[in-house]
Amino acid sequence: MGEWRFAVNGEAVEVEAPGMRRLLDILREDLGLTGTKEGCGEGECGACTVLVDGAPVDSCLVPVCQVEGARIATVEGLATTSSEGPVLDRLQEAFLEMGGAQCGICTPGMLMAARSYLDSGGGPDEVAIREAIAGNLCRCTGYTKIVEAIAVAAGGPG
Amino acid sequence: MPRMTIRTPPGRTLTPVAPRRTETDPLVLQPGTIAPGRARPAAPLRREGPAKLTGEAKYADDLVFPGAWYGATIRSTDAHARFDGIDLDPALDWSAIAVVTAADIPGENIVSLVSDDQPVLVPVGGEIQHQAEPLVLLAAADRETLRHARRGVTIRSTPLSPVFDPRLSDHVFAHFDIASGDLERGFAEADLVIEGEYRVGHQEQLYIENNAMIAVPREDGGVAVHGSLQCPYYIHKALKRALRLTDEQARVVQAETGGGFGGKEEYPSIIALHAALLARKTGKPVRMIYDRHEDLSATTKRHPAIVSHRTGVKADGTLVAQEIDVVMDGGAYCTLTPVVLSRGAIHAGGPYRCPNVRIRARATRTNTPPNGAFRGFGAPQVEFAAEVQIGRIADALGMSPLDIRRRNLYRVGDETPTGQVLRESVAAEEVLERAAEAAEFEGVRTRTERARARRAGSGSVPGSPLRTGADRTASGIGLALAWHGAGFTGSGEVKLASVASVELGADGRIRVLTASTEMGQGTKTIFPQLVAAELGVAVDDVDIAPQDTALVPDSGPTVASRTAMVVGGLLIKAARRLREVVEERNGGRPFADVHRADAAAHGPTRIDQQFEPYPHVHFDDETYRGDAYPAFGWAACVVSVSVDLDSGEVTVRDVVAADDVGRVIHPVLAEGQVEGGTLQAIGYATIEEIKLRDGRYLNDRLATYIIPTSLDAPRITTLLVEAPFSGAPHGAKGVGELPMDVGAPAVVAAIRDATGVWIHELPASPERILAALGVTAEPPGQAPAADTVRAALDEPIEAGTDPRPDAPTDPQPMRGPRDPGEPS
Ligand code: FES
Ligand code: FES
Repeated sequence: MGEWRFAVNGEAVEVEAPGMRRLLDILREDLGLTGTKEGCGEGECGACTVLVDGAPVDSCLVPVCQVEGARIATVEGLATTSSEGPVLDRLQEAFLEMGGAQCGICTPGMLMAARSYLDSGGGPDEVAIREAIAGNLCRCTGYTKIVEAIAVAAGGPG
Repeated sequence: MPRMTIRTPPGRTLTPVAPRRTETDPLVLQPGTIAPGRARPAAPLRREGPAKLTGEAKYADDLVFPGAWYGATIRSTDAHARFDGIDLDPALDWSAIAVVTAADIPGENIVSLVSDDQPVLVPVGGEIQHQAEPLVLLAAADRETLRHARRGVTIRSTPLSPVFDPRLSDHVFAHFDIASGDLERGFAEADLVIEGEYRVGHQEQLYIENNAMIAVPREDGGVAVHGSLQCPYYIHKALKRALRLTDEQARVVQAETGGGFGGKEEYPSIIALHAALLARKTGKPVRMIYDRHEDLSATTKRHPAIVSHRTGVKADGTLVAQEIDVVMDGGAYCTLTPVVLSRGAIHAGGPYRCPNVRIRARATRTNTPPNGAFRGFGAPQVEFAAEVQIGRIADALGMSPLDIRRRNLYRVGDETPTGQVLRESVAAEEVLERAAEAAEFEGVRTRTERARARRAGSGSVPGSPLRTGADRTASGIGLALAWHGAGFTGSGEVKLASVASVELGADGRIRVLTASTEMGQGTKTIFPQLVAAELGVAVDDVDIAPQDTALVPDSGPTVASRTAMVVGGLLIKAARRLREVVEERNGGRPFADVHRADAAAHGPTRIDQQFEPYPHVHFDDETYRGDAYPAFGWAACVVSVSVDLDSGEVTVRDVVAADDVGRVIHPVLAEGQVEGGTLQAIGYATIEEIKLRDGRYLNDRLATYIIPTSLDAPRITTLLVEAPFSGAPHGAKGVGELPMDVGAPAVVAAIRDATGVWIHELPASPERILAALGVTAEPPGQAPAADTVRAALDEPIEAGTDPRPDAPTDPQPMRGPRDPGEPS
């Protein structure tokens, strides 16, 4: 057992857990943030993608001891809240409009990978977008509408 | 005869259709604006989209049930054996662990489905039929204890001899024989007879959310299960039988479902039964959440198939005889195999008119995990074979792939092998022409053909006839055409007698009640859309009731692309009746104006609409004659590839898909279905393969079972075509499965165009391509050389004197003219 301190979506958290406990389980089970999904548990599908200090990682492969002091961003932190409920960010909105989410199970990971791409200055170029999400499997969409949505969020014409 | 209306007529003079929205800012789709090429105003946004995009949506594993235990399944490791007993490690404290065997099943030890052959758990003394067969269930309060418990169970068994070759199995799950015309006469009339054998292997649905089910004991002695599933009432029935429960005691609630594609059609029943048995034993909620490895190794896959064709054609390309033999591998239990096979048999000839046909299809048992439903449901296997066969015929005749299809494709008034006259809604020509035009098929093909001719024989690299020092890759373009029967086969829909309901609540809101599940395809968006349109109210005034058997009627399973067509049709009719009732009560004033006041005055009004047979649609299950489907959907696909001639690797670069869905309800969702289905078909064609050893899947992890990533995926251009079906009030025929039927043969045709060789077995892996090119030896397990082209000609064919221009490079030898002593 150890005590780990880090920030999730801008809020400081402190958890007591074995150092090898997966970040994915810490988020989902200890912190109740079930937006992050598990599709394979071995780094192949990207459904568990979160950002650690801005970089996308497969949270199923990251032990909690490695995120001590880090800033973690999950899908729950993308939208902002208003008196009328959550307000989607531009990327989420683009996914909604363009049809980037079907069954939605890959979506949280996909959004985080895309967020990181956009935050690091990625533009609406199709090839670059495809590379940025190459670690995130989607079985529903054929990726076309996901790529379009990210391009729109990046300021492209769609 | 109702005249077909095609709303997007083919026009060779039209510029290629722009499938993309052209608004400057696609985020601002004004309501009421008509998008180019679209027939409808801008459709509503995905209903549950915001929940999915914010992480709010609760999938099964996200649900919290305080005090829940964790369940696990102990499976066989024998492919075929007698189950002699279980030993529990005496060193372990078993008081904290629940152990369930077949002896704990209160009702029938049967997973209720088509046939009653599959046990919930194999009883001691019973026969184990496959390597992943469930034998014992365990549950514990925490994962650590469960892990130890799993290691403490030893299975004793006596091996029996297994069967792995479906052709050698004498246990037949189903067989169908479809015949029309006079086959002998047909072959006698033929100028050319071509044979071919085609094979396809397993394919995994690979929904990104693994199977998951949580059972919660009820106070009345029953159980509620919450899970990832397609068909709540299948599970409901299975629970009632095996656990001996009443309708009320068994409750099934769908959690948000992360993809299904058929893989959550029947398998969830067995998981629900397992979780429910453990919940019953422990008195606690029990979570049965599969990990990817268990999901891959135990759950159903697409049926492998071996399809043989013998086709007679006239010199001008007209089909005169088709003799087709289909063998499907059902795996260890029947599951839905007869229904899959039936669809496969009916679609086996492809979307082509032929007066003399004989189709024989059978599915047998092997000692491998049971195969089941997967998008396309028997059609992708046989349509791959039919399309490669027609492509090879075109080659043999020196015809273009487009022309041979134009000559034979179904048109209104044609009759199918079951004797079904296609009275309306036939868009084979439309989708073919639209796809070919948009992809500039003939122009590109002329160029690739020239390139191939230029390079042939100039190969400076030994063993590779097309490889030149300068050019390592070859490009090609391929085309395929498919049909897909809309809804259930034969009298399935009539027997099912589904019910869907629309209710005007006391609060003035409108509620849709169906058991049709959302798993990404858009059910929750299009149902309110259809009902709102019928009632003249805003989409947001229509709610959708949760898929919970305690609340909603049995609108049938969410399969067979039937949701939009059948259940959507029921809802429109229910809404129509509701509007009439309310308007009549209110002096004929429009529903939209009076429904709130009506609800306040009269309380809730609910209309239950039961399925009524479509007029003029009759099918005889005994003779297998008649209208196999109320209508067919039609799809064409043009694919361009490049093939690396050194590695045999295929890159699919561009796809144009034209799909006739009857009526487009929601363009974005419909395109999404086409794009997703197309990529699954490309995966099937190129990289998805299950390898087996002794009846066990070898690549049962996501690291080894590969599906396309965003980098593997081509740009997909979707053309939606509308040839409405008059039997459905909205004309829709469904969209989910169509694209799955047509992608793989288009890829294989493109590989042929690039390299000159036909691949007869899916996936068209690098090994198979290199072997076909003659660079390497045939890979092990390759289909035996069973192909022949027999030119039964007295005179050589006019156009292209050699009827076998590709004979030297076809991987399977072609012979002709017919040897005198050869059996015909
Ligand atoms: S769950 Fe982490 S990559 Fe699949
Ligand atoms: S939307 Fe279903 S896996 Fe991507």
